[in-house]
Amino acid sequence: MESAQLLIILATAIASATPLVFACIGETITERAGVINLSAEGTVMLCAMVGFVAAKTADNVWLGFVAAAIVGALIALVVAYGAITLKQSQIAIGFVLALLCSDLSAYLGNPYVRIPGPTVPPRFPIPILQDIPLIGPLFFREGDILVYAGYVLIAVTWFYFYRTRGGLTLRAIGEQPAAAFARGHNVIALRYIYTLIGGALMGIAGAAFSLDFKAGWSYRHTAGYGWIALAIVIFGGWNPLRAALGAYLFGMLQSLASVAQSAIPDVPTQVFTVAPFVLMILVLVLTSGDWLDRLLSYLPVNARRSLSRALRTAPPAALGRPFEQD
Amino acid sequence: MKVELRHIHKHFGNVHANDDVSLTIEAGTIHGLLGENGAGKSTLVKILSGFITRDSGEIALDGRPAHIQSPADALRYGIGMLHQDPLDFPPLTAIENFMAGSLATPALLNARAAERGFRALCSQFNFDLDPHARVSDLTVGERQQLEIVRLLANGAGTLILDEPTTGISASQKTLLFDALRRLAREGKSIIFVSHKLEDVEELCDCVTVMRRGRVVGELDLRPYRSNGHAGHWPADKRFEVTTRIVEMMFGKELAMPTKPATHQDEVILSLDGFVLRSDRLEMRIEHLAVQRGEVIGIAGLEGSGQQLFLMTCAGLEHPAAGSIHVGGRDLTHKPYNDFLRAGVCYLPADRLRDGLISGLTIQEHVALRMSGKGIFIDRAAAAQEAERAIATFNIRGRPDTAVERLSGGNQQRTQLALMPAPLNVLLMEHPTRGLDIESTLWVWQQLIARCNQGTAILFASSDLDEIVQYSDRVIVFSGGRISPPIAATELTADSLGQMIGGRF
Amino acid sequence: MDSTAAPQTMTAPARIAGLPPAFYRVGAFVISLILVALIILISGASPVTVIGSMVSGAFGNADQIGRVIATLSPLLLCAAGLVYTFNAGLYNLGVEGQITFGAIAATWVLRLLYPEGATASLLPPPLAIALAVVVGGVGGVLWGLLAGALHVYGRISEIFAGLGLNFAATGIAIYLIFGPWKRPGVASLSGTQPFDESLWLGTFGKTEATPVALALGLIALIVTIVVMRNTYFGLRLRAVGRNLRAAYVLGVPARRQLLSAFFICGLFAGIAGALQVVGVFHRLIPNISSNLGFLGLLVVMLVNFDPLWILPVAFFFSALNVGSLQLPLSLGLESSLSGVIQGLLVLFALLGRGLAQKYGRKPEG
Repeated sequence: MESAQLLIILATAIASATPLVFACIGETITERAGVINLSAEGTVMLCAMVGFVAAKTADNVWLGFVAAAIVGALIALVVAYGAITLKQSQIAIGFVLALLCSDLSAYLGNPYVRIPGPTVPPRFPIPILQDIPLIGPLFFREGDILVYAGYVLIAVTWFYFYRTRGGLTLRAIGEQPAAAFARGHNVIALRYIYTLIGGALMGIAGAAFSLDFKAGWSYRHTAGYGWIALAIVIFGGWNPLRAALGAYLFGMLQSLASVAQSAIPDVPTQVFTVAPFVLMILVLVLTSGDWLDRLLSYLPVNARRSLSRALRTAPPAALGRPFEQD
Repeated sequence: MKVELRHIHKHFGNVHANDDVSLTIEAGTIHGLLGENGAGKSTLVKILSGFITRDSGEIALDGRPAHIQSPADALRYGIGMLHQDPLDFPPLTAIENFMAGSLATPALLNARAAERGFRALCSQFNFDLDPHARVSDLTVGERQQLEIVRLLANGAGTLILDEPTTGISASQKTLLFDALRRLAREGKSIIFVSHKLEDVEELCDCVTVMRRGRVVGELDLRPYRSNGHAGHWPADKRFEVTTRIVEMMFGKELAMPTKPATHQDEVILSLDGFVLRSDRLEMRIEHLAVQRGEVIGIAGLEGSGQQLFLMTCAGLEHPAAGSIHVGGRDLTHKPYNDFLRAGVCYLPADRLRDGLISGLTIQEHVALRMSGKGIFIDRAAAAQEAERAIATFNIRGRPDTAVERLSGGNQQRTQLALMPAPLNVLLMEHPTRGLDIESTLWVWQQLIARCNQGTAILFASSDLDEIVQYSDRVIVFSGGRISPPIAATELTADSLGQMIGGRF
Repeated sequence: MDSTAAPQTMTAPARIAGLPPAFYRVGAFVISLILVALIILISGASPVTVIGSMVSGAFGNADQIGRVIATLSPLLLCAAGLVYTFNAGLYNLGVEGQITFGAIAATWVLRLLYPEGATASLLPPPLAIALAVVVGGVGGVLWGLLAGALHVYGRISEIFAGLGLNFAATGIAIYLIFGPWKRPGVASLSGTQPFDESLWLGTFGKTEATPVALALGLIALIVTIVVMRNTYFGLRLRAVGRNLRAAYVLGVPARRQLLSAFFICGLFAGIAGALQVVGVFHRLIPNISSNLGFLGLLVVMLVNFDPLWILPVAFFFSALNVGSLQLPLSLGLESSLSGVIQGLLVLFALLGRGLAQKYGRKPEG
């Protein structure tokens, strides 16, 4: 294969992973605040439908994104209310919503299946950036504004997480809500806010599918992507940068798989969608048990510490647990 | 900052946790707050730091009334609290912890500026903290230092420390005490909540003792010291102070031993070179042999390792070294199931967390104990057994009452009723906590009947009367050490008090 | 403290006595029905017409009733299995994968005994089918225990382990369908080459319902009811699910109990998967589970883990699924309305439970 050809494939792969980036960052934010929004699969799908329908009805593609974000936040609100206020199982509520919203998208979206609709205007080339060798063709060739928005989102989220007081607090409430409360933070309100923001981003992810990268709407249009996003968040160790990287890697894996199809015709591309889940389990095995510590204990202290930091991406300590104020 | 608490009341359900508590802490002093677990001291400091809202009463700071309803309020008034288990964020770095929740932290983090402030404060107190170390890699003592530095950066005028000397090294303790004395000299008020008499005597200017939700005594230690603040203690004075504090905590007179002799010659439980280790404590028992029918009382301020000791004897934890034999069988490092089969039974203090299962009824608990005899639950037998247990143990409930609906006392009776028979070793925490006098007497009758059948009992209690009345021998846990066993008949209020205070 | 208990003299502001808990549950149920009606109205149809169409779609003729039974049978198996894991305090979202792997195992055995085109073998067809069902159960057990081991020994959330293994099982199925087990000629998502009709499970008349599957489903359910109500095993399971630590202190072998729950759930789900192969599809298809595992999760959540109520609810859910298939034909609507109704019922049951706990009048205690 020519390297130029490979470059084009990879560039397409990076671009097409953009919706997944939105979903992964959204879920990362939610989980960092200590809440699991297991409804991702349903949220992305329903919002893809809502985004498409809204954009089509209003004949404005950006209104589609707004509608999708609102619906995503509303679904997250149900999760937050059930999990934070009513202290019911986050898993149960999120899971039911995942199924419910998928079916709802199929039912209500029925009249909109495979009809033309508005799409995001195609190209916004960025003059200087696209001419940088390798980087330009790889990251800026597609010229899609959402791809850029994805880059910006990653950078902003990372900056917010690690360089602002708000981000520090966000990480704090997911680790030790009691300690955050002792420092004067309103844990409950903050968890609501971040769950809603995460939901809105997942909604945008859905609209990014139906209005751009997989333009249009059909039955179960985004099937599987929500679950994949959940897996990638774990694979990414609850770090926005690593999660985004995971999403791009997944995109490339998909593209390469379809290329490899010709080489190994016996293996269908669908098999490769399994990869994130296998990787997720491997990462969990690596980080959950105590055998890693035992293995590392043979190393000198310094090496142990830095290796442990690199490998051990523990979930937020309070993930999935309701916060009891007294 | 001068802190005044006036007529504080707080109820938890039926428990009057703070009953008209008034307390004044002068600016520039270190004030010790002593008392057993459940005496209400932690409720009191949590009210002051905004974690718990009081039912009634007033708080005044420097003479002005303060409205404290949340930790955020308390922080604004300059009240900072160090919790026993440091309330920090283990996966974050020290400097991130320092910045998190600091009022001075700008919206955009400025790590360099924060680090400068952090290092300056650390060097003031000779704390050697790496700002970039993860908190999970720090020792408890270092995490404490980090919290102190953080609270001071927030402009705390009053520091509350809850059991700060548990689990820290001697040199860290020296550093901590130096820092606290220095802060007091600067005019800050410090509330030092502790179990440890030694530490309180060494550090504090005044001591307040609480018992059962009330203030039962106050003592100004300064007049006893040769030269005020941090001076050294003349030995006789120190003895006098300990005696007075112990009196306030436990009362003047001890009950008389009343237990009939039940022990038999056969040794049922023996520990040799037994070492207990947790992340906070390391304790050693060279040799302890408990005879059948014997009752060993475990005295000591709560949290001195009694629970770890009992759980290790029960097989729920493993000793760090040494051996444990039950009835001549070596059970060292054997699974918990082997301990159960050897006739060892453990009744935990936190009944609904460790002992009983919420949502299951009394009868279902009885059936659970019968589990293993066949496949199908023998409902008739379980019902009969439950009825019998309810009648003999006078439990206020029906066989189909879920255990979480029972009152605390009735839960304890249920636990006792569930004890298997025959039993070789019974390990208990606070066997009669929450029971009235009559029930207490009755429970001990049952337990002594067990002793007559050859069961050896080891029990921890914070009620010294109970310890002296019902034990054959007593061991005392204090400050990471375990005393040799002493016959209950040889104990006096004084000698026991001094041992609990760490002198044996 | 107990016999001398003073009357409650709280100085804290007394909470206004809540309404009875049942009010919140019924209220939530009513809201879910209203939402269903609203959603139908949004899609431009009349709720009455839609419900009429669904009823006739589910019970209009023998074929349709047969289809309801055919859906009900594996659903009962899955729901019964999930009773064990739920009562042990586990969210076994991996049940889908356990069905799939059971189906793969069953297909493997049948292909081994009857390679392409073969009509005679060592084992006569009835025994081959029986063996396939047993091996399917074993496959489900393997997949269940894998999730269980990851959870018990690897301390991995059973939720993510299960979800991951679902996709892994589907991946294996797709690989087999397109690879080693592909149809002669062209491989496609429509599945492997169908088995010879002699290897199909017998049905009630010409319907899709098979008596064997229904019997197995009912047996699984009855066994489960008996186990949960009458055996020490069921009691230990509930003890572990409600308080793992206290159960352990009381002498319940907690790990073994958790693994048994995964074992049994895997077994039932695997059998369900095998029945999908021999009774419904007669081949391996990528979505062999037909989402029955997830539907089973909904059923068991709705009945709050009590197996007694599984049969009516599972029957209702099966009827919804089958009845909704009529909608595209008669009204031009999408059949996923059944999922919407099921999801809303369960979601609001959960919320109603939470509201009742939070705001409902506390029982005297």
